[in-house]
This record gives sequence, structure tokens and C-alpha cells, in this order.
Amino acid sequence: MIKTEGVSMRFGGLTAVSDLNITIEKNEIVGLIGPNGAGKTTAFNTITGVYKPSEGRIIFKGTDITGSKPHRITALGIARTFQNIRLWKDMNVLENVLVACHLRMNVGVFASTLHLPHYLKREKKSREFAMSLLDSVGLADQAQEPSTSLPYGKQRRLEIVRALATEPSLLLLDEPAAGMNPQESMELMEFIVKIRDQYDLTILLIEHHMQVVMGVCSRMYVLDYGVTIAHGTPQQIRNDPKVIEAYLGVD
Amino acid sequence: MEISTFFQQLANALSLGSLYALIAIGYTMVYGILRLINFAHGDVFMLGAYFAFYLATAIALPWGAAFIVALGLTALFGMGLERIAYRPLRDSPKISIMISAIGASFLIENLGVVIFGGRPKSFPSIPLFDTVIHFGSVSVLSVSLFIPVITAVILVIVLWIVNGTKTGLSMRAVSTDLDAARLMAIDVDKTISFTFGLGSLLAGLGGIMWTMKYPQLNPLMGFMPGLKCFIAAVIGGIGNIQGAVLGGFLLGMIEIMIVAFLPELTGYRDAFAFIFLIVILLAKPAGLLGKNQTVKV
Amino acid sequence: MKRNTFLTIGALAVFALFLTFADATLGRFTIRILNLSAIYIILALSLNLLNGFTGLFSLGHAGFMAVGAYVSALLTMTPAQKEMNFFLQPIVPFLRHVQLPFLVAIIIAGLCAALVAVIIGVPALRLRDDYLAIATLGFAEIIRVLITNAQSLTNGAQGLKGIPKYSTTWVVWGAATIAVLFMLALVRSSYGRTMKAVRDDEIAAEAMGVNVFKVKSTSFVISSFMAGIGGALLGHMISTIDPKMFTLVLTFNILLIVVLGGNGSITGSVIAAVLVTVLMEALRFLDMPMNFMFIKTDGLPGLRMVIFSILLMIVVLYRQRGLMGNKEFSWDMVFGLFGRKNSAQKGGHS
Repeated sequence: MIKTEGVSMRFGGLTAVSDLNITIEKNEIVGLIGPNGAGKTTAFNTITGVYKPSEGRIIFKGTDITGSKPHRITALGIARTFQNIRLWKDMNVLENVLVACHLRMNVGVFASTLHLPHYLKREKKSREFAMSLLDSVGLADQAQEPSTSLPYGKQRRLEIVRALATEPSLLLLDEPAAGMNPQESMELMEFIVKIRDQYDLTILLIEHHMQVVMGVCSRMYVLDYGVTIAHGTPQQIRNDPKVIEAYLGVD
Repeated sequence: MEISTFFQQLANALSLGSLYALIAIGYTMVYGILRLINFAHGDVFMLGAYFAFYLATAIALPWGAAFIVALGLTALFGMGLERIAYRPLRDSPKISIMISAIGASFLIENLGVVIFGGRPKSFPSIPLFDTVIHFGSVSVLSVSLFIPVITAVILVIVLWIVNGTKTGLSMRAVSTDLDAARLMAIDVDKTISFTFGLGSLLAGLGGIMWTMKYPQLNPLMGFMPGLKCFIAAVIGGIGNIQGAVLGGFLLGMIEIMIVAFLPELTGYRDAFAFIFLIVILLAKPAGLLGKNQTVKV
Repeated sequence: MKRNTFLTIGALAVFALFLTFADATLGRFTIRILNLSAIYIILALSLNLLNGFTGLFSLGHAGFMAVGAYVSALLTMTPAQKEMNFFLQPIVPFLRHVQLPFLVAIIIAGLCAALVAVIIGVPALRLRDDYLAIATLGFAEIIRVLITNAQSLTNGAQGLKGIPKYSTTWVVWGAATIAVLFMLALVRSSYGRTMKAVRDDEIAAEAMGVNVFKVKSTSFVISSFMAGIGGALLGHMISTIDPKMFTLVLTFNILLIVVLGGNGSITGSVIAAVLVTVLMEALRFLDMPMNFMFIKTDGLPGLRMVIFSILLMIVVLYRQRGLMGNKEFSWDMVFGLFGRKNSAQKGGHS
């Protein structure tokens, strides 16, 4: 479904990502792990168009998306969440999701403002879709609450659901279990598998804690200082000496 | 045009450019440390001139003393401004502090109108600065010879402060990352205060020099120069002190030389600065000597 | 909802009655303040759209107003008036005999301002907030300098006198009502939500498929269109315009209104526009008497501006959210004030 070919990202003298070659097949859940500062989020950012890679190409569903603008990439079917939750603080839970629905609504500013019939119809559909998404994570009752009033774990789910509202084929999750205790992390991982099945998704997952993702990913790539030091099934990664060394002292 | 006219205009351009450079240094220092466009900088410039004026006339201090006291007062004023109008908003959204800066600028200007009176005042003549000197067919005011020298000296001093002292180190730390600086036990408030004080002192010095060259004071005199000097700072690379000087000189040159070669464009003189600004922002947003900054997502 | 709609229609009807009454009975001076408020409502809303709802700090508003005012004036003045005005240099031939009906002229004025916005916006909107402020300020100054120097097009520094007084009570308040309704509709639509998303976190917005640049430019263009119309209405009200009117001071006054009323609240802008316009008149005794409130004379316009500057700073320092924050008026709010049992104190924005 998606392939990166020799992607590198340099900022001045610093090489954040070096020669990244990732391939993900449809419906896979693939993990991207590594210690802090390994370049994982930077890799995400090159895929989603926030950065233009210094070198290399990114092919998504056969199309070269290298250097495209983020909103175009989202329109093509890649959505993401952020390491530091980026919800819109001045809007309520439902509105956060509705903004993400706007992409697929295909209405211009005039139709929107004048509340023309075809706009009203699509708005209604969006609302229903958004509410059903919220319902699937148990947030339907808090639809009118300000997004900042939610507890941390629910804010993470809201962010995921918001990304789902763009109807993606590929979902990029940046440390979705950050700040969660083991129990919550397990629930989250189950949730991820569930949405993968329910929405026919392909998922690329960044996680800092290896244990959490072991059970869920079919394959993993390990980054350290921007370099891919290992790649394979969880079993292979677990026993790879290079990986153990990179994580020495870290859980 | 004749060669002598060309040199005359060149001399004018250099003296105007060095004035702009002097004021731009203060602007860029403040922006570098706070990411704030201090709209009130031009008005501090005006205050420097007025303080000197009143000290020299109403209190009849000899001009040397008047200048020094005026500089001190201006520095204090700048620090007070920062404390009252900017510090409380440090953690607020960017827009709030910009609005405060605009409000402060208008406040100072209009207080000036009320207190000093709107009608222009003339600074008493100081022979050291007022004499016309002739180099062949080119004539310059003696002050025009002083200004580039003063600018150069100030540049050296400021660069020494920023790069060679502990205070300067704090300034650079705060401008790179305020929170990290705080964690390193740097007194952020004091550093910012000092920066404002120094920047305002430079603005005041610029105001005094400006008055020596153009002896008419009015409360709104700081608006245009302030804006132009900010533009100069941006052109050179905001936050970069050498850049500010470069930008100031370039701006002075462009303003004078375009009008010199194309006198029919005199009416558009003020617009050049803005046009230059927009061109630079489009071509090289970080400015001529600046570095591009990427946002971490 | 039904109750609210009835109440709103009822309120509008009462207001219409009030206008009729006011128009017929109040003195000319009072009516002028009343009508000026309407124009400032439009201007404040246009700036609020940009600052408050989309998060773009632009200081170029006076420039767009100038474009609107001049275009509308030049398109509606009679050839005789033009001849009288352009005594230094005759007006350009293609404008000499043009005279269009008011409605057409004012729409063209708005479109011209919008066109300028497109030209300016494409480069400027790529800049960061503080640079955008200076760039737009720069553009406004450039526009002003151009107007001052284009003698045969705009009559330069002499300005234009004798602009037909089309801005009657009904015209301006009708325009203001349309502006308010338009803003309400826009802000509550899906498009309005994307604007707010861009304001709050444009990186997240872009990641969720919002074309941030397009949202910013649309906002900029609509805002300028409104500002152009506001400027035109102003010209048709005071009958004289000149380049010195359209300075940063004018932009500042509108900014003050928006900040006072609450950056992001339509209701706030409306209330603040009326308040500030009235205040500007009420405080005029502090300055020397003069004809128009935005032209500086040699007297003491300072004190009034001092008070306004202090007001702005107090609001931004102590009550950043202004009068209404970013909440809107709702009938629930009114009933809540009177302590009715079956209503919650909720803001009405969706």
C-alpha cells in the first residue's frame, strides 16, 4: 500500500532520518519503534507531507506523494494523530470530528454559508457519521463538551476518531499509548485492531514501549539515530542484539 | 547626473543609512529575544529626542549631560514598558502581545501630543553637530560624519556584549529557548529587562542623532522611522545584529538613491521601504543574513 | 428552536420600528452617530472574520477601505462634480463620464477591494503572524501612497468632495444587518468550523485535510470585500474622502472595537461598534472641535486617543477575551440573566 524509497531528512547539519525503506501491505499493522529522538516522528512527517524529504521517494497506492502538501495527502487517504495531542481547544468534541469530515463533504464556501439544500444534506450525513464514530469510542454523550474537558485517555481516542473521520486507507498513529498505564495500553491496542478490521485500514504505529506493540504488529522497523537498525517480526526484533543494545537501560 | 551630485547623494545615503542601522539594532535585539515586533520602538526613539530636548532647554543642562541623562531615562522607560505592557502577556497567544504593542505605541504617541503639544519644536543648535563641512562640492552636516562612527562603535560594543559577556550569553540562551533557559537557572525576567533597556537606549540614541540631523521634533516623528527600521531589521535577518546594520544601510541607500536617479518618484519615497520588505519576505523570508527556522511538529 | 426564531424575528421587527422612529424624529447629529455605528459594525465584523475567526493578524484594513471608498466615489460622482474636483490635473478619460447606480458601484467597490486582497494575499498569507502584520501594514501604506500620487486617477492629496450622500439610515443599517446575518451563517457552517480549526491549530487542520492556504485566502478576500463596502458607505456618508483618512489610526480604531467586543464574537463586535462610535463622539469635547472624527487637526486629538489606547491595553492585559469572549448572544442567555427556571447559561455558538 505504501512504500518509502531511500527517504532521508536533513535539517542543516543534522540527519534526522537516513535512508528509510519501509513497505507496508494492505491491512497490516506495522510498528515503527526506537528510542527517543530516533527520528520516528520525522519519518511520519515526511510521509504526511509536513516535511519534504531531502532525498528519496514515497509511493502511496502507486502514486508518488513525495513533497505533496499535507491536505492533499490526507485527501488521498493518509491520516494521522500527533505525539502531543493536537485537538482544537475552542471547539467541542463533536466539532473536532466534524472539521475532519469537511474534507469529504465537497462543498464550497458559498454553498456552506447560504446553507443550500445540498450542503444541508451533506452536513446532516457528516453529523451522523461523526456521532457514530464518537459512539464507537463511548464519547457520544460528551459530544457537546469542550474537547479539553476530556480525560487524557479519551482525548487520545478522540484524536484517533477524528483522523478516522477523513475516511483514510492508511492511518499513522504517533505514540497513541503515551502516558497510559499497561491496562489502558492493552485496551488501546485492542481498539486499534478493532478499527483496523471495522474500517478496512492499514496502520503504521510509532511506539516507544516495545512490549505494548509486540502483540499487535505483524512486523516492525527499529530506528536509532535515524538509521534503520532492524526489521522483522516481533519475535525476530525481540532477539536482535542491535535492538537490545539500542534500548539498553530502557524498557 | 553630475559626479558631484552623485557623491552628495551618496553622502546623504550613508548618513541616513547609518541612522537606520543604529535604530534597527535595538529592534532586532528585542525581536530576537521575545519574538515581538515592538511597535513602540519608534516611539521610544521619539522619547529619547524629547527627553534630550527638555533637559537641554527647560532644565538648561549642557548638551553632553542632557544627552546622557536622556539616554538613561529612555532605557528606564523601555524597561518599564516591557514590565507593564509585555511581561504579563508572555504566556498569552501571540496576537495579544502584538495588540498590546500597538496600543502602547498609540498611547505613547498621543500622550506625547497631549504633553509635548502637537506643534513641532526646534532643537537648539549645537555647533559641534551643526556646522556644514565642505568636501569640494559636496557638503555635509558635521553630525553626518559622527553618525556612522557612532553606529560602528555601538555595533562593536553590542556584539561584544552579546558574544563576550555572561549577560550576552543569557540573552542568546533566552532567545533560543526561553523555557530551557529558565531551567538553566537563567533569570529570564532580568535578561529580557536588560535587553529592552539596551534596545531602548539605542533607540533613544538614534532619536537624539536624528534630531541633530533633522532638528524638528514632533510626537509622531517616530512612527515612520520606527517602521522603516523594523523593515531594515527584517531585511537583514531579524534577530541578527549585523543583519540589522546591513539592512539599515541598504534601506538608506535605496531610499536616497532611487529618488536621486528618478526624482519623479519622490512622492513614493516611503513606499520603497515596504516594497523592499515584501520582495525580501517573498524571496528570502529569513532575511539576507538570517537562517531559516523549521517548526517542530 | 421555534421560540428562538420567533423572538429573533420579533426583535428585528422592533428594531426596524425603532429605526423608522429614529430617522423621523432624532436630530441630524444623533442620526449620524447612529448610522456611523452601522458602518463600524460592518468594518468590525470584517476585521473580526480575519483576526478572531481565522487567526490572521492583518493591519491592512485601512487600505481596503480606501480602495472601496475611492472606487465607489469615482463611479457615482457626476461628471460635473468630477470636473470641479480634478482642477490640478484632469481625470482619466475613461472615468470622466462614468456614472453608475449606487448599488452597482458599491458592489464593484467591494470587488475591487477583494481583487487587491487576492493580489496581496497570495504572497502575504504565507508569512508568519508577526510578519503578516507588518506586510499588510506595508501594503496599506503602499496603497495610500499610490492614491496620493495618482493625481489623474484619484485627485491625489486633494481628495474628493461632493460624493453623493447615498448612505441613508436604511441603507447602512440594511447593509449592517446583511453583514451580521452573513457572518452568522458563515461561522456556523462547516466552512466556519474549518476557519476556527485553522485559527486554533493550523498544522492539525492541514493534517485533517483542510486546505489551510485556501481557507486563509478566502477569509482574507471576504474580509476585504466587506471592508471595501464599509469604506464606500463611509465615503457616501461624509461626502469627502482623502488619503489622510485611511491611515493606521483608522485600522487601530476598528481593531479596538474588535478587541473590546471579543475577538471571535459577532455579538461582541456589534455591541462594541456602537459603544465605541458613541464614545468617540462623547469624548470629542476633549479635543478641539472638528468636522470629522478620523481626520487629525492640529489641535488636541491626542487625549481622546490616549483614552482609547489605555482602554485597548486594559482589555488586552486584564480581560483578553473582551466583552463577549467568543460567545454569541442567545435568547437563553437573556432568560438566564433574569433567572428563568428552564434555561441553562450556555453560549449559543455551535
